Amino acid sequence: MNAFLNWLDNRTGIRATVHEALFERIPGGARWRYVWGSTLVFAFSVQVITGLFLWMAYSPSSLTAWESVYFITYDMQFGWLLRGLHHFMAQAMVVLLAIHLMQVIIDGAYKAPREVNFWLGLILMQIVLGLSLTGYLLPWDQKGFWATNVATKLMTLVPVVGTKLQRLVVGGPTYGHHTLTRFFAMHAGVLPGLLIAFLALHIAVFRRHGIKVADPLHKKDAMFWPDQVLKDAVACLGVLLVVLLLTIFVGAELGAPADPSQAYAAARPEWYFLFLFQFLKYFPGETEIWGALIIPGVMFGVLALMPFLAKWKLGHRFNIAYMVIVLCGIGYLTAQAWHEDNRGPKSADYHRAVADAQTRAERVRELIEYGEGISEKGGRALLRSDPKTAGPDLFKRNCAVCHSFDGHDGTGGPQEKATASDLGGFGSRDWLKGFVVEPGGTKYFGPTANGSFNGKPIGDTFSNGAMARWAKEHAGKMSSGEIAAVVEFLLSQGDRTDLGPVDVDLAAKGREVFELGSLDANAEGAESRACLQCHEMVIDGAPLGTQGLAPGPDLSRYGSEAWLRDFLLNPDAPHNYGDRNAMPSYKDRMTEAEFNILLKWLRRQWLEVKAKK
Amino acid sequence: MEHDKKPDSGPVQDFLNAEEPRRDFFTQAAAVVTGAALGVVPLFAGLAVFTDPLRKRERKSEGGADAEGFLKVAPLDGLLKGGEPRRYEVIDDRTDAWNLFPREAVGAVYLVRPVDGLVKAFNVKCPHAGCSVDFKAENACFQCPCHDSSFKPNDGLIANPNSPSPRGLDELEVKEVDGMVWVKYEEFQPGTSHKVPEA
Repeated sequence: MNAFLNWLDNRTGIRATVHEALFERIPGGARWRYVWGSTLVFAFSVQVITGLFLWMAYSPSSLTAWESVYFITYDMQFGWLLRGLHHFMAQAMVVLLAIHLMQVIIDGAYKAPREVNFWLGLILMQIVLGLSLTGYLLPWDQKGFWATNVATKLMTLVPVVGTKLQRLVVGGPTYGHHTLTRFFAMHAGVLPGLLIAFLALHIAVFRRHGIKVADPLHKKDAMFWPDQVLKDAVACLGVLLVVLLLTIFVGAELGAPADPSQAYAAARPEWYFLFLFQFLKYFPGETEIWGALIIPGVMFGVLALMPFLAKWKLGHRFNIAYMVIVLCGIGYLTAQAWHEDNRGPKSADYHRAVADAQTRAERVRELIEYGEGISEKGGRALLRSDPKTAGPDLFKRNCAVCHSFDGHDGTGGPQEKATASDLGGFGSRDWLKGFVVEPGGTKYFGPTANGSFNGKPIGDTFSNGAMARWAKEHAGKMSSGEIAAVVEFLLSQGDRTDLGPVDVDLAAKGREVFELGSLDANAEGAESRACLQCHEMVIDGAPLGTQGLAPGPDLSRYGSEAWLRDFLLNPDAPHNYGDRNAMPSYKDRMTEAEFNILLKWLRRQWLEVKAKK
Repeated sequence: MEHDKKPDSGPVQDFLNAEEPRRDFFTQAAAVVTGAALGVVPLFAGLAVFTDPLRKRERKSEGGADAEGFLKVAPLDGLLKGGEPRRYEVIDDRTDAWNLFPREAVGAVYLVRPVDGLVKAFNVKCPHAGCSVDFKAENACFQCPCHDSSFKPNDGLIANPNSPSPRGLDELEVKEVDGMVWVKYEEFQPGTSHKVPEA
C-alpha cells in the first residue's frame, strides 16, 4: 500500500495536495460556527449525486416530464426517497446559504482582503437561486408550471429586450417541450457547471486568506483535520437528518399534470421566493418593474458594495443592520403572504384552489393505478377526459345557466337563480321518486316558472303542467310500494352501473304500474293514473300500448346514455317536449368529446376506485 | 493571529506533534464514520433507482392474453396445410416505463401449418444475436440476415451446420381455438444452447 502511495505521490504529488487540503491551521481551534460553508458543499454534493440519478429516469418534454417524475415517485424502487432528498436538500441549501451569508457578514469575513471571495459567494448565491427556479418547473405539475409562468412573465419587464429574453428562456411563444429542454439544460448542465467552477474559485481564494477568525485566543489552535472536519461532518449529518425526516414525513409533492387550460389559483413560488411574490402586490400597474427588478436590484447592489461600505467608520455596523433589516423585511413579507393565504379575506378561495389541486393530483393517480395507465397523450389527457374531473366545469359552463346541481353550479360554486330542475343525483332512486311525487317541486319543474325561453316567459307550462297536475291528483293515491316499483322500473331502463343492482321483481311490478296505473287491477281510477297515458315506451323493440298518441316525452330507455343524448340534442322533437319545449338544444354547443364527458358525468359513469378495489 | 510557533513548524508538523493522540484517533475515526454515513444515503437512494430495471414487474394489464397467457395471432384458414411459413405480428398491450400502449405489435412469429397436426410457431428472432430472420422461399429455409444462420422451415432446427446460432429457432406454445391460432409469445436469451426465458 505504502509502495503504491509512494509511486502515486511521486507522479502526482498527491500527498502534498491532501495535506494542503486537510491540514489547514485553524487559529482559536475548531468551532461550530465555521461549519456552514462545509454544509453548503455537502448539500451541493448531495444534489449532484441525486440529480445525476434522477437524470437517468427523467424525460424533459411536455408529454413525458410529469409522467417520468410520476414513475420515479410512485413506481421505481426508492424513487420517492431519491426525489425527496433532491427536493428538500434544494430547500435546505437556500436556508444554509442565508446562514452562511449572515455568518460572513457578522464575522466581517467580507472585508478586505476577502472582497473578491465575497463577490464570488454572491455569484454562487445567484446560481443556487437559478437552480431552484429552473428545478421547480421540471416536474411539469400545475404548481411548478404556473409559478414559473409568473416568474418568466416578469422577465418581460426588463427594458428593451424583455419580451425577447422571455421568449428565449421559454423557447418559443408558449410553454412547451422546449421550455423543458431549456430549463433542464440550465438546471442539469449550465448552472451546475458554473457552480462547480465558482465554488472551486471560492474555496481556492478562501484558502489563500484562511478562515476569518473573530477570536483567535478562543482555544488552542487546531487543524482542519480532524477537529473541524468532525464538526463539519456532524453538522452535515444534522442537515441530512432534517432532509430525511422531511422526505419521509412530508414527501416531495407531485401535483396534477400541468394544463394551460386549467388555471391554478393556488400557484405560489417556492416558499423562499414567497417574499418577492408578496412584494409585487405593492406595485400596481406599470410600477411593477420597481418591485420585480429595480428595488431588488438596488438591494442586491448594496450587498455587493458592502466591502467598500465597511471602510467607513460605522460601515460594518451599517452592513449588519442592513442585513438584519432586509432579513426582517423578507420574514415580514413571507409571513404576510402566508397570512393572506391562510387567514385573509381571500383565504377561502386559496384553500379551495389548494384542495381542488389536491383532488386532481389524487384523481390522476387513481386513473393511472386503476384505469388504463398513461397513454402516449400523457397524464394531462387522463384528467381532461375523466368525467368525474371535467364534468363539473362542463356543467357549469353549459347547463348551470338554468340548472342547478345539488343546489350549486356543478363545481361547488353558487347557483342562486336556477330556472330549471336540479340535476344532482339525476336518474337515481331518490331523484326519480321526488320527480314522480312532486314534479312541480323546487328540485324539478318548480324553478321554470321564473325562466324564459327564446325571450318568452315559461310561466307555469311545466311547474303546473300535465305532469305536475297528474302528481297532484294521483301521486297521493299511490302506495309507497307502487311508487318504489315504478321508480325501480324507470331506473332499470337507464343501464346505470353506479346505483346498485336493479331489483328485477320490483321493476316488473313497476312496469305493471307504468302500464296499468296500479298493482291492484280493481283500484279506482287506476287507468287514468297509468304513465302510459302520457308517455310512450319501447322495451326490447316492442312498444308498450299504442304508439304516436302520447303528449309527454318518450321514456324508452329513460336515463340511458342514448336517451340523454337524444334528449339534449333534440329537446323540441315531438317524442321529447315538442311544442312545449323550453330547453335549448345542445347541438354544436361543445365538442363531441366534451358532450360525451357531460353525458357520462350526469350519469356518474366514471372510474370509481372503491368499487374497483 | 499571533501564536507561539517554531519557525520551522508547518501544519503537518503541528499535526504530528499533537498532544492528545488518543483523542485525535477517536476524532479521526468519528470524522471518517460520519463522513461515510453522509455519502451512503444519497448513494443508496440513487443506486436503488438505478437498479430498478432489475426488479421483476407485475404485468399491469392483461392485454389480449387469455388466462394461460396465449395471444390470438391469426385465423387458421389463412395458413395452407403444408404451405410456406407466414409471418404474423403479435399484438398485445405494450408497457414502456410509464406509458401503456394498448394493442400494439410487441413482436412477430412465423406460423407453419404441417399437413397433419397442430400449427407450429417460431419466434422470428434469431437465437444467435436477436436479429429478425427472413423466410427465403428460394432456399426453402429461414435465413438470418446478420450472420447467415439458417433454419429448417418445418421444425426450425438449424439447417446449415456452420450456422453460428447455438440452437434452432425458438418454438412457441400454440393452441387452436375456434379456427384461430393462439400463441404463447415469449422471448428467450440469445447465445445459449437451450432456451432460457427472458425475465
